Amino acid sequence: MSEKIERDPENYPTGAAQQSQIAKRHRTGSLGRTLFLLATASAVIVLTVLLLTIINQSFGLTAVQSEVPEEVLVQRYNDEQKQSAPDLDSLPKPALVAILQEQISRGLGRRLERDQRFFEDQLVFEDPVLWQEVCASAEPSAGCTLPARSQENVVALVQERVVVPTVVESWFLFDSIFNREEIILEAAEKYPDAELVFRSWMTGEFVASPQSSTPELAGVRTALLGTLWVIAITMIVAFPLGVGAAIYLEEYADQEKWYNRVIQTNINNLAGVPSIIYGMLGLAIFVRALESITSGAAFGVVDAGKTANGRTVLAAGLTLALLILPIIIISSQESIRAVPSSLRKASLGLGATRWQTIWNHVLPNALPGILTGTILSMSRAIGETAPLVVIGASTFITVDPSGPFSKFTVLPIQIFQWTTRPQSVFRNIAAAAIIVLLILLVLLNATAVYMRNRSAKKQGQLS
Amino acid sequence: MESDTVLRPLPRSMDATSTEKALAKRPRIGETIIEGLLFLAGVVSILTTIGIVWVLASQALLFFTTEEVSIIKFFTGTEWIPALGQFGIWSLVTATLMISAIAMLVALPAGLATAIYLSEYASPRTRGTLKPILEVLAGIPTVVYGYFALTFMTPLLRQIFGVDNVQVFNTASAGMVVGILIIPMVTSLSEDALHSVPNSLRQAAYGLGATKLETAIRVVVPAALSGITAAFVVAISRAIGETMIVAIAAGAGPKFTFNPFESAETMTGHIVRISGGDLSYDSIDYNSIFAIGLLLFLITLVLNVISRFIVGRFREEYE
Repeated sequence: MSEKIERDPENYPTGAAQQSQIAKRHRTGSLGRTLFLLATASAVIVLTVLLLTIINQSFGLTAVQSEVPEEVLVQRYNDEQKQSAPDLDSLPKPALVAILQEQISRGLGRRLERDQRFFEDQLVFEDPVLWQEVCASAEPSAGCTLPARSQENVVALVQERVVVPTVVESWFLFDSIFNREEIILEAAEKYPDAELVFRSWMTGEFVASPQSSTPELAGVRTALLGTLWVIAITMIVAFPLGVGAAIYLEEYADQEKWYNRVIQTNINNLAGVPSIIYGMLGLAIFVRALESITSGAAFGVVDAGKTANGRTVLAAGLTLALLILPIIIISSQESIRAVPSSLRKASLGLGATRWQTIWNHVLPNALPGILTGTILSMSRAIGETAPLVVIGASTFITVDPSGPFSKFTVLPIQIFQWTTRPQSVFRNIAAAAIIVLLILLVLLNATAVYMRNRSAKKQGQLS
Repeated sequence: MESDTVLRPLPRSMDATSTEKALAKRPRIGETIIEGLLFLAGVVSILTTIGIVWVLASQALLFFTTEEVSIIKFFTGTEWIPALGQFGIWSLVTATLMISAIAMLVALPAGLATAIYLSEYASPRTRGTLKPILEVLAGIPTVVYGYFALTFMTPLLRQIFGVDNVQVFNTASAGMVVGILIIPMVTSLSEDALHSVPNSLRQAAYGLGATKLETAIRVVVPAALSGITAAFVVAISRAIGETMIVAIAAGAGPKFTFNPFESAETMTGHIVRISGGDLSYDSIDYNSIFAIGLLLFLITLVLNVISRFIVGRFREEYE
């Protein structure tokens, strides 16, 4: 109805009717504005909720049940020695070793001692004669040469082998703060022997420990190193190729030629291919067809029993390199295009060759932009999970990756694995691993933003 | 070396033009080699495409020529049970379409509204704060979104609709989080389109007495429609190809269902689950994921081409 009236000048409202119509239109206007603002605010809300969910899971009260409670051990020591040590950490090393001697089997003790001795001058579990033999043999144990274990190391051993704390239930951070009373009651009822401790799942130890099947001891060191290795390979391959292709397309390619147009269209299309498809490409080409290269067999660097049939750091790095190549090319092209053509003309006019112009003038000016785009594509590669799952990254690895031909796992895959476990404790460590991943990404992106701002300032000075 | 040649006094027999000719004709081998290398870098992307098509097509061909598989049943069947030799793609496709539809229901209104706000209403300062936040949302790895879907969205849905009605793994939760994931993309592409509408159109509308909302909805959005449509199409393609969120939150096991609160498996989710296990080469399972991959590749490719076609064909030229 209103449409018709507006369009027909004869019936256009006047006087009070017009005033009320204008007021109505303005009301609709401010309603629309509010709706748009709400939609925009929802992005901020989602981001906040997402981060809170992760933090909520990474900290909180836990009910810990121990096989031999720490207090019992400390109490016994205090009674025997007439001491007043507050906790396990403050016990002297001989007392700790005595606890180990009492609580663990001799076989296990021997194994531990062969890994690393308890004392420089005396053997605890091992027979001295046998020890001499082992150390004199062709393959001496690590313990023969390593210095003795430190007090902290022995404390950790007692924790791991004697106390064996197990988290039987964990609560969210916000519950732990606001419903503390209820949780204490619930824990006392459900786990009378357990101790209620506030635990941060994201600790320095978590970052430094290798993967483990017990969530309390698990860490992300292997995954973090895997991520770094894979990204190193990815960038070594993708950066020169991407920037090279961008230079070709911007500086050399004659857009009239059909093959140059094909290359450009093709790059735009590749940027829209789902990442999982790259995983399948990697599986068929790098893992399977080029197995001898990616497993290191062609270079004779295979460690028996260590390789993963081409499912290596190298295969993963190459797959991700292909994945981010279009992104690097497109962003580098934009930076190169933004370099004013007067610079090129001046250089060419002074008699420089094409490549001299590019190398000395175009690239230095485009570099900040190129690097920013590269860093952003790098953070994309760090977060990619699907292609690496498809090429078959190992999921359980306790040995650090040592080179391009190692088996590996990466942080996102670790998070994926832990998330899909049914036990809630794995959700806690998945959240902690997410924090590690996000910190890594924030650091990278901060570098990119810093470089962008610095180059913007520099260009401001130029003009 | 080169400067030597240039600075040396001209031989008496040579006049200026012939020197020029000599310089112009001189082959620069280094330059040619460099250009060749750069061209090869560009060719790598062509090789990638050829590799993708060849790998997907050849393995899919192996799959379709297996005795148990018929191409007709593949495109008409609704049961995907490899153990029984039943390969009906529809149980995977429906889940994919359902998740994409839910995602678009979330992302389209939110993304477009945000784009309109940023482009038409927000002050430069507000834009300066909001755009980085959207960039942060876009930069969060999808596996984190998957975690979010499983530990936040699913419990929320179960609380609202009842634990008995909503399964632990369901397409609604996955779809909504995929929607959140693509909001920044819809926003950024639509905003570019809105931004490129010339200011004279807005001023004309204001001059005729239109309110800001009327200008935005009736003048600016229609003028930018091709760009916005293209953004939507790209977003759909992104939603279809999204993997980790659905692998974590939508459930394992293909199921032909239209109930968003039940678990179902998408094409991408199936590929990840099958290849995550110990997969032996040349088994029917191995080949089947390439057939699914080929279909996925073609769907997303067609969508991307359509998107670019829309931009090229329906772009309004104002200047």
